Amino acid sequence: MSGKKQILCLLLAFAALSGCAPQKEASNSANTITVWHWMTDREPAFRELARRYEAKTGIKVRFELYAPSEEYSQKVRAAAQGVNLPDIFGILGEKKDFASFIKAGHVLNLSSYMSADNFKWRDRFYARALAVNEFPSGNTYGVPAGYYAVPIDVMTIQMLYNKELLKKLGSEPPKNLQELLDIGKKIKAAKMQGLVSGWGEIALIDCFANNYAFNIMGKDKVLATIKGRVPYTDPDWIRVLSLFKEMQESGVFANGLVTMINKNAEQLFANGRAVFAFNGSWCVNVYKGMNPNLSYGVMLPPKASDKYPMAIWGGAGSSFMVNARAKNKEEAVKFLEWLTDKEQQAYLSEATNNLPANKESVSALSEVMAQFAKGIDNSTHPNVWGVSEFTPVLEAFDKGIQSIIIGEKTPEQVASEVQKIKMRELAKKK
Amino acid sequence: MRNTAYYNVKRIIVNTAIHSFLLAVAVTCIFPLLWMVACSLKTQEEIFKSMSLIPYGWHFENYYLAWMQGGFGRFFINSIIYTVSVVVGIIIISSMAAYAFSRLQFPGKNILFYMFIAAMMIPIPGSFVPLYVLLNKLHLRNTAIGYILCMINVGLSTSIFLLKTFFDKMPKELEDAARIDGCSKIGIWRHVALPLAKPVLAVVVVFNVLNVWNEYVLALVIFDSRQLMPLQVALTSFQGEFVTNYPLLMAGLTITALPVIIVYLLMQKYIVKGVTQGAVVG
Amino acid sequence: MRIKETLENYVFVLPAVTIFIVFYIIPFIWVFQLGLFEWDGILPTKIFVGLNNFKEIFFDRTWWQSMGNAGYITLIALTFQNIIAFMLAWACDREIRAKNFYRLIFFIPPVLSEVVVGLVWQWILDGNYGLLNYWLNGLGLGNLTRSWLSDPQTALTAVAIVHSWKGFGWGFLIFLAGLQTIPRELYEAARVDGANAWQTFKNVTIPLMIPVAALVAILTILGSMQSFVLINAMTRGGPAYHTEVPVLRILASMRGSSRFGYACAQGISFGVILMAISFVQYKLSKKIKE
Repeated sequence: MSGKKQILCLLLAFAALSGCAPQKEASNSANTITVWHWMTDREPAFRELARRYEAKTGIKVRFELYAPSEEYSQKVRAAAQGVNLPDIFGILGEKKDFASFIKAGHVLNLSSYMSADNFKWRDRFYARALAVNEFPSGNTYGVPAGYYAVPIDVMTIQMLYNKELLKKLGSEPPKNLQELLDIGKKIKAAKMQGLVSGWGEIALIDCFANNYAFNIMGKDKVLATIKGRVPYTDPDWIRVLSLFKEMQESGVFANGLVTMINKNAEQLFANGRAVFAFNGSWCVNVYKGMNPNLSYGVMLPPKASDKYPMAIWGGAGSSFMVNARAKNKEEAVKFLEWLTDKEQQAYLSEATNNLPANKESVSALSEVMAQFAKGIDNSTHPNVWGVSEFTPVLEAFDKGIQSIIIGEKTPEQVASEVQKIKMRELAKKK
Repeated sequence: MRNTAYYNVKRIIVNTAIHSFLLAVAVTCIFPLLWMVACSLKTQEEIFKSMSLIPYGWHFENYYLAWMQGGFGRFFINSIIYTVSVVVGIIIISSMAAYAFSRLQFPGKNILFYMFIAAMMIPIPGSFVPLYVLLNKLHLRNTAIGYILCMINVGLSTSIFLLKTFFDKMPKELEDAARIDGCSKIGIWRHVALPLAKPVLAVVVVFNVLNVWNEYVLALVIFDSRQLMPLQVALTSFQGEFVTNYPLLMAGLTITALPVIIVYLLMQKYIVKGVTQGAVVG
Repeated sequence: MRIKETLENYVFVLPAVTIFIVFYIIPFIWVFQLGLFEWDGILPTKIFVGLNNFKEIFFDRTWWQSMGNAGYITLIALTFQNIIAFMLAWACDREIRAKNFYRLIFFIPPVLSEVVVGLVWQWILDGNYGLLNYWLNGLGLGNLTRSWLSDPQTALTAVAIVHSWKGFGWGFLIFLAGLQTIPRELYEAARVDGANAWQTFKNVTIPLMIPVAALVAILTILGSMQSFVLINAMTRGGPAYHTEVPVLRILASMRGSSRFGYACAQGISFGVILMAISFVQYKLSKKIKE
């Protein structure tokens, strides 16, 4: 036992010694920029770009990966509390969290750089992509107007269909709700699986419901509801909720949709086991990795009403921002300018199968990517509406839709429950 | 004659029933391990297409790739250092404290003990944030020793609880004998209490090894330097934001599971031997 | 002399208490007082709201639903999981062949990472392409198939069973350690006295195992009430809150609605409830011992 103990003591001493000297690397020198990110798939591409930048300017760029995204957020928030953020980082979450970071003094206002040279930097982006990172004057978040981050890619969320399975059913891609419901019945009869999507989580259900809300009642009414002027018990909202009931009963939805995480949904669609999917443009890379021979197309959700246009969500995919307290601010901004330039964006887009944020880089996009790209200018996103719905209300709404799909509650029940929570939240604000 | 045959048959039936039961449970336990290993030997497409446990082609190179791509070498050593340090630290610290709570007298003893018990029941949500700030102030944040101390704290309450429960039951005669022989308190702890507590210590070791070996989030939050990251972090490099490289992930998970299984195999011995049975006369 | 003695005794607990104070008490106080504020975790300013968070928790329906779910999972763990663990430990305590093999195998579930366990069981329980339904169909029991993890009636039980599967290895280990400390002479004595298997079990094994059972029970309760990683991996608390548990609610408050203060208040309430449950369990086990 004594021999083993000695070895253990040695190890402990070694650990103590190696641990006592804090590992401070050359991150404070003026020649290094540190970037924290969560995008595992793009790590190789980022490293290549860092190499190119160093060859060009002599400045070292260190991309540090902290994944998965949930843990990345935790790290960023802890570092913010300890006032220890890196030169460049990103924030995953809602606009109000973004606003809080800005108000706490962690994010650099990029407006002056954007407007330099007659808005040269600003104009190369898709307007929608930049809008997500902008706070217009008079915004409800109390943030001084300006641009606070830059997008490095864009994405849109649309519906996808499996060409072969649809042909087997003898149908064309549905152009309106009725056609979709008819296909649903055929799917049920053929014992196939319909729509798959990550509806175990809130974000994608919310997106789908929202698209139809815009289609049925128009953007203004939706925003008015968020502002509290229209109740959720309004017939138009009940119509939106009822859509889910109709689709479920016609067989449009796949089994187990309400507990699916998006990764499983992607797996099912990639293996040709689902007729439809509801996913974002990042899925192109995913499907290619799982099944390069998949034959599929992209379309807007089939409209339920002709009164207003169908909306889809789109805008910035991932964005980077600069630490306002960094000593390397200027260098960091210069790097971001380079990163969002035409050439680098084209490289990123090709290497990772994502849509570029730079309008001029739309060079050699594959057919499917081009279909996704088509939607960008008509897209919208909660982060550009200028108002946010209360989180408890969103949660009740989206989980309520889950209840409707599993047949536990009626659309009317969910609507009144959501409205109750909305009233409670509004009262709290006063 | 008939009686013996009857008892023999009864014995065989009972034994078969017991064995079937054990076997059934064992199958459910081993199944995920087999599945994990099977997936680690397949290709990405094969994993999604086929349901069988036998891979079509045996891609052993996945293990090599996983090791290289994940940079396992460095992270493996880190995890070993952290785990060993924490386990050694906890054994010493918690057994001393448990012995004191059980056998020694001092004011405030009960309050302190109940504090440790209460800590087992009150989870601190988001404790990463205050720990981050705290370690920062102590200049221990991006260091191995800071992480080790945090992890020692994580397992402290349960280890103290387990050990004290055992020490309470321990027969006093051995200690009295040692004291009469002139042994100091530390000596009694070291030469009488600890050896007797081997089975419980084995459980404590396994428990803490699992905790530290599988820990991930605290390391990610408080370490900035990639050099200090533990093994679990290496695994995340296979779980992309959108695409998961399943074969390599499974190979990585298998590699990660092996050391713990080995530790358990070693500790099992002590649990089996049990308390010295003939030590108490009469 | 007495002072010297007392100081010596303090040295034994000093390292533990020091580490505990620095790494638990201090963060705990920080979190505790945060329960009285409304804070999003980022802004430098916090709003004092007194006991409002706690009042809100009282009326929070999903919070109590998650508590109920955790209670259900704990109940299954206390009964199903621990009874099987005990039976397995008892079977292995006897001198049977392949004892070491079983002792190794039964501890594999706790060793496996939650990622693997979540993935494998999701695959087995999947409603469309899962192994369980595949076998049921094969056995001609096709009408029993369902979407185990998405069906509101089966989701929670399915999750509870997987949780028990992962945890029984610990109970097995501790029960086995306990069984091993029963002196063989007692069994011999009972046999000589003419007791049969059941009487030996009732009069020798069970009384000596009660303290161990109490230990396992408290560890099971604390562990099961606080579990969440596995559940998150399998169902994310769905469908519609049917498998939601308290720790997931706390995390949702922290990350989803960015209400750090509320999350801390939830954490404190949860801790209080756990302490109450432990206290009740402690009193119960004391009574049983008599």
